[in-house]
Amino acid sequence: MSDPILSVKDMRVTFPVRRGQRFPWSPPRRLNAVNGVGFDLMPGRVLGIVGESGCGKSTLIRAVAGLGPHDSGTVTLDGQPIDYARRTDLQRLRRRMQMIFQDPMASLNPRMTIREIVAEPLVYFCPELNSRQRRHKVIEMLDRVGIAERNMNRFPHEFSGGQCQRIGIARALIARPQILLCDEPVSALDVSIQAQVINLLKELQAEMGLTLIFVAHDLGVVRHISDDILVMYMGGMMEMAPAGELVANPRHPYTQALLSAVPVPDPRVKQQPQILTGDLPSPMDLPQGCLFQSRCPKRIDACATVRPDLTDRQGRLVACLLEDETV
Amino acid sequence: MSLLSVENLQIRFRTGDGLVHAVNDVSFDIAEGQKLALVGESGSGKSQIALAIMGLLAKNAEVAGKVRFDGRDLLSLPASQLNALRAAQIALIFQDPMSSLNPYMTIERQLGEVVELHEGASRAEARKRALEVMEAVRIPDARNRLRAYPHEFSGGMRQRIVIAMALICRPRLILADEPTTALDVTVQAQIMALLDEIQRDLGTAVLLITHDLGVVAGFCDDTMVLYGGRVMEAAPTPAIFDAPGHPYTRGLLRAVPRITDGDVTLSAIPGSPPNQTAAPRACPFAPRCVDAIPACHEMLPDFREGRACIRPVEELT
Amino acid sequence: MTDARKRLNSRDFADTVAEEMIVSRSFWADARRRFLGHRLAVFSVFMLLALVLFALFGHAFARWSFEEIDWNVLGRIKTEGAPSLDNGHWFGVDELGRDLYARVVQGTRTSLMVGFVAGPLAVLLGATLGALAGYFGGRLDQIITGFYTIWISIPYIIFFVVWQAFFGRSLTQMIIVIIIVNWTAGLLIVRGQVMMLKHREFVDAARMLGMSDLAIIFKHLAPNILWVIVIYTSIVIPEVIMAESLVSFLGVGIQEPNTSWGALISEGARTMTFGTLWQLAFPAAFFVIAQVSLYYIGDGLRDALDPKDRR
Repeated sequence: MSDPILSVKDMRVTFPVRRGQRFPWSPPRRLNAVNGVGFDLMPGRVLGIVGESGCGKSTLIRAVAGLGPHDSGTVTLDGQPIDYARRTDLQRLRRRMQMIFQDPMASLNPRMTIREIVAEPLVYFCPELNSRQRRHKVIEMLDRVGIAERNMNRFPHEFSGGQCQRIGIARALIARPQILLCDEPVSALDVSIQAQVINLLKELQAEMGLTLIFVAHDLGVVRHISDDILVMYMGGMMEMAPAGELVANPRHPYTQALLSAVPVPDPRVKQQPQILTGDLPSPMDLPQGCLFQSRCPKRIDACATVRPDLTDRQGRLVACLLEDETV
Repeated sequence: MSLLSVENLQIRFRTGDGLVHAVNDVSFDIAEGQKLALVGESGSGKSQIALAIMGLLAKNAEVAGKVRFDGRDLLSLPASQLNALRAAQIALIFQDPMSSLNPYMTIERQLGEVVELHEGASRAEARKRALEVMEAVRIPDARNRLRAYPHEFSGGMRQRIVIAMALICRPRLILADEPTTALDVTVQAQIMALLDEIQRDLGTAVLLITHDLGVVAGFCDDTMVLYGGRVMEAAPTPAIFDAPGHPYTRGLLRAVPRITDGDVTLSAIPGSPPNQTAAPRACPFAPRCVDAIPACHEMLPDFREGRACIRPVEELT
Repeated sequence: MTDARKRLNSRDFADTVAEEMIVSRSFWADARRRFLGHRLAVFSVFMLLALVLFALFGHAFARWSFEEIDWNVLGRIKTEGAPSLDNGHWFGVDELGRDLYARVVQGTRTSLMVGFVAGPLAVLLGATLGALAGYFGGRLDQIITGFYTIWISIPYIIFFVVWQAFFGRSLTQMIIVIIIVNWTAGLLIVRGQVMMLKHREFVDAARMLGMSDLAIIFKHLAPNILWVIVIYTSIVIPEVIMAESLVSFLGVGIQEPNTSWGALISEGARTMTFGTLWQLAFPAAFFVIAQVSLYYIGDGLRDALDPKDRR
């Protein structure tokens, strides 16, 4: 077994909330966005992260990319820890890790032509190239993602959402990074276009041997592209398993509820969605025990006091006390 | 007789880039108590149809065709009568619940005002009705939360309140425009289950507008698929899913990633959404269609036997 | 990838590409086209150009300098100081017997100089501070906006009086004090734009390339807010000219014998009752033409640049 290319340990992210402060100088309350998430990523694998809005999945990968702050936790790239305060470390990280974003239009500077946008990473990461070589690389990359060369001098607003996302992918991959972070890359796209982009990502992943972290709220999409899936809830990890196993045999009550609620495009499948009752806990004042306890249909008394970690329980990584009980 | 009947509806927008043909020649009927889905991707014109029915189109729109509700033509109705009808008999549920709620009014007032205005109910009675519908949409602790403001509720709860507001005048038709798109799947499941139950109890007709085939499958009797402002296919929901008769419907169904399939490649529909600035002369889907023959690019297919495609079903891939 | 490379290197591919290559108009080319479609704005540009030429070369046609007193008409200004082609006083003389034409040329020079130097510089200063406040936020933002709030609550006339008591009333001092008074111009609007844009994902993409904050502000954000700055400058220039005229009118402006539109209007207004109306009419006409032209140019720029008004 090879070593992980990226290893994230015990990431925690909190944000100060200034509203509701008693005095302007009193310390702000903190919103707990990510509560101790960690995983190892083997080269060439695809990790999907799913969860509902506000579960901290985007915050997590933004922190890993160095776009957002984190309170504690370590990120190790190729066995060497990254110090986010040091510019050289950040450059090392970004040479190897790039990102594509949720809103395809907003991720392209409206005043730059497609060629300028896609060429920009080369200026920073491959300064040894001359302008002719750069141009060639840009044409090649755009061609690979399906944007014709003759459109190179156009501006982003002249393209559709799907095409903009392709251009975003070209920009992220042109300097040949090894890790690609995808922050809800298809949720703004129509179904027919979404499939194009997913297929393109899968092809490029195989071709370039990329390691992918794919964040989305749509389980169907994540299932399609991922080798492993991590389920998050309220900033914590609930369950992590190979994609097929997780979908076929979810072990955590939250994963079970999530899967049962995914609408199936088949009128004869009479769905029995598990309706979750109960309120979400406030991210400013998390419960002492399990994060999911307030809505969990299988709650036991111990859930209120013990917060289970994501550990190997009977061959699966699940953060649930019930798994211990049945032993 | 059908409750709502839309005939040859055409909507065009005058814009800086010329005339945009948003909806072309769309016709359908909804009977009392029927659940019809309009399915389409962005740019298919589905939302514009709902806005046209409610008389809420943007100012630069040109509308042609007929929209009859209970025999009356809504497009030619004066604004005052349309307003009365809209409030009492047709209710609208939008994607973003906050856009239908007034942030400065308590839930009780927002719900009660509708009844007071349209049925001349007293304040006490309006309050009673508000509580009733709040309980009907299963807002926990409804009695105490009547005095709360919209921002004090979560997204799912707000959408319940919007549904409560839609129900309070016992409408005969609910137009739901992407009612669950802004919500998480677990909440979406709750809201759709709620809509289903209420629909069954009250016998209200529902026009569900969505891009999500999964939502349609579990809810609607009939489905109409739109593309580029045109009806591609219309059929009972099971038929749409079992034996789709239009290449677009087929492509759409294949492109949905399902959690049940394994590691297969999705069959995407190639190409980009259509440009609607030119007057339609050919099938809008032809440039992306795998089954297109030269004639597809030259003539508009007639809508016959529930589908608008010149090629026979047997010949489609 | 090798297939792609082979194809890219082929001769006929290069030919077809050369034919097919689509070059879109940039935002600014588009804006220029829209601006040229605005007839009044284009006409105003010509009017303004005429004023600039007048300021630059007007002296060539004057028979008198702007500070020279024509002793022949002094004392008989009401009867002989009126505009006349014979004695070379095209616009007549002022109440001290100086050639009004030459003085209007000089005044135009001063006023336009103040407007076109002080206005853009003030906006540049305000926009830079606004961009920094908006981008970095936090403590810096609090300091800058706090200072802004205090500043705009001080009546600006005080600055003119105090500043000029210390540093004199030359043209340079006038420009400096106007920049100081107007440093807040464009600050809030640019700050707001930057705050909005900095959350767009293209800024994140730029950060993923390891660009520094200043590089992001100047390379990625500035081109996107330039239109706001241009529109704002077109508003500030006439405002600055107006401000200069106002303080000159009130007598704390430019030092005699140098003059400006405001000072000339002020003098003309004082002698209006003596029947020497030309002394008011000529400077006032120039002032009005400038202000109206600048207004329509600003209007044209707004139409051409503001994305909200389009489609």
